[in-house]
Amino acid sequence: MQKQILTLLVVLLATIFSFSQDVRKLPNIEVKTLKGDAFNISELDNDGKPIVISFWATWCKPCKKELNNISEVYEDWQEETGVKLVAVSIDDSRSMSKVAPYINSSDWEYEVYLDPNADLKRAMGVSTVPHTFLLNGKKEIVWQHRGYFEGDEQELYEKIIELVK
Amino acid sequence: MRKIIVFLFVLPLLGAAQNNSGEIHGDFDLSLQTYKEDKSIGALPVDEIMLNNAYLNILYTKGNFTVGVRYESYLNALKDFDPRYNGNGIPYRFAQYNKDGLDITAGSFYEQFGSGLILRSYEEKTLGIDNAMDGVRLRYRPLKGVNLKTFIGKERKFFEYSKGIVRGADAEININDALNLDLNTKTIIGGSVVSRFQNSTNPNFNIPENVAAFAGRMNIISGGLNWYSEYAYKINDPIGSLTENNYASGNAITSNLTYSQRGIGISLEAHRVDNMVFRADRDAVGKDLLLNYIPAISKQHAYTLISLYPYATQPSGEAGFQVDIFYKIKKGNWLGGKYGTKIDVNFSRINALNGGPSYLSDDIKHEPMLVSLKGEELYYKDFNIEINRKINKKVRVAAVLAKQSYNKDVVQQQTGYGIIESDIAVLEVIYKIKKGHSIRVELQKLKTEQDDGDWSMGLAEYTISPHWFFSVQDLYNWGNKNLDKQLHYFNANIGFIKGANRFTIGYGKKREGIFCVGGVCKTVPSSNGLTLSISSSF
Repeated sequence: MQKQILTLLVVLLATIFSFSQDVRKLPNIEVKTLKGDAFNISELDNDGKPIVISFWATWCKPCKKELNNISEVYEDWQEETGVKLVAVSIDDSRSMSKVAPYINSSDWEYEVYLDPNADLKRAMGVSTVPHTFLLNGKKEIVWQHRGYFEGDEQELYEKIIELVK
Repeated sequence: MRKIIVFLFVLPLLGAAQNNSGEIHGDFDLSLQTYKEDKSIGALPVDEIMLNNAYLNILYTKGNFTVGVRYESYLNALKDFDPRYNGNGIPYRFAQYNKDGLDITAGSFYEQFGSGLILRSYEEKTLGIDNAMDGVRLRYRPLKGVNLKTFIGKERKFFEYSKGIVRGADAEININDALNLDLNTKTIIGGSVVSRFQNSTNPNFNIPENVAAFAGRMNIISGGLNWYSEYAYKINDPIGSLTENNYASGNAITSNLTYSQRGIGISLEAHRVDNMVFRADRDAVGKDLLLNYIPAISKQHAYTLISLYPYATQPSGEAGFQVDIFYKIKKGNWLGGKYGTKIDVNFSRINALNGGPSYLSDDIKHEPMLVSLKGEELYYKDFNIEINRKINKKVRVAAVLAKQSYNKDVVQQQTGYGIIESDIAVLEVIYKIKKGHSIRVELQKLKTEQDDGDWSMGLAEYTISPHWFFSVQDLYNWGNKNLDKQLHYFNANIGFIKGANRFTIGYGKKREGIFCVGGVCKTVPSSNGLTLSISSSF
């Protein structure tokens, strides 16, 4: 039994690697807006320009560093590439109500969604935050990155530039 | 039987491989640790020398159809985890389709009603929590603004499922959407019911076999104001050994009000909980088979010493409130500096219910006072201020001051420790050396007369964006009154990250203590050894 499962998994993994060229789109999953409305993440749109999706939480220091650092250059990024950043908070009912006060006080210009029971997080294979995805103009996931170090936004920006060239 | 199920889930995946349609993605996590004996910190060796946890999630999606499996491997489980996580298996597998507003899931699923007062099935891997349901779930939106959910299932417990059957339904109506109202104020109301069936063979007591819990909620949003309230009620559910007169019903109320506009945000929150432990099995204990989630009404801190004494909700009975103020001092003046300065202030206080929780009372009509803050036993109090400031292009500084009172007897269910009063200070400096190269230093100090006395911590981390990090840290209990316990917990870590792959290797000592996420905690034993972790998304 266990052996068979393992065999199957090996086959699956092989399959997955042969898949690596495939396009990957956003899942058909609902999140909430800060105004309490349901929003299907597959309906995200940026008129054919790149989208960055960043998973974060109010209790996550590196997440807030990443989004605060990007916030300082976000206007420039938008002007130069038309990119849109979507910040998905995985705060659960303990801290979900603090998301709006936090982002407003921080002057973030991002589109923000709530994923309190991790439905989107699970569907996108995110196990730890921060986790950042980059989508091209066709809303296909073309790059992703785990964690955040000071200066990581440079790499992300270079990837965005590659997309709009 | 299990084999067939596995095949059923895997078949579409293989089919997908052949005709190259649909898509597959997922993630993988592996944590490995060696354990060697270290008498000074009380760390024990393990017979296996090393222990290992691993997970692989695979999701296959085609159009409106999704299947997913998670393979879990505990050979044997890390010492931080419950040893009942044992062996290999596929405890999580589901098939789901979504068409014309109807979403059907068969197999494993996670669900939450409202804020979770009567139902939250979720996973928190770092805590070893995974109370997924196994059964059938339907979600339906008959018209705009109306969301219905219903399910029936058994709750996961390690590699098994609960004896009790759990049923539930939830309705949420966005009144503005449903009635096509074009108002500035938005109102969303919701209601839910969850019921557990479990046989009772107790010869002495007439124990209810069907136990229901109800909840109602309302959310009003207007401009920068947002007010959310929820009330839950659980009918009597005699649990455990029946040594206490625990035939009381349970209830909980939670309410939060937030206001925010550019530059400032305020959040006020209060909750009151009485006898709201609700499980999928009346005989379960500890963290097993919990059906609901009542978050701690305190701030979840990120720095080590501020979370040395973390609070955990007491669902059997507590009352508490919390205030948060987030403020950004504008740039350009002395206070705000060149880039602006951020200040976060948080205060929380949680205490016992007046007269004690209902389940401890002999009187079935006993009702603890609704609100009472004075004179009740203090469970937890935390006042903290965090300041973040960018000094110049190269230097950023964060500082935190906190004053906490922690009722160790209540939170950790011990006796004789009383309330631990501590003062904590943290300073963090990030210095950009050159493009991509940064150094981060944390200095922390905790002062207390009680328990283990004073602690200090120092951390230095060098990062080379986007791939490498190197960090060393030392946690030092220099103020312990027992001189033999004035110990150092030294750790060194190296990590490599490339895109969605992350590898870290570390060596050092871990302190015995409480580790919490979201107000749910686990105790972790002290250990000394090498850790390796690999995580990857595809």
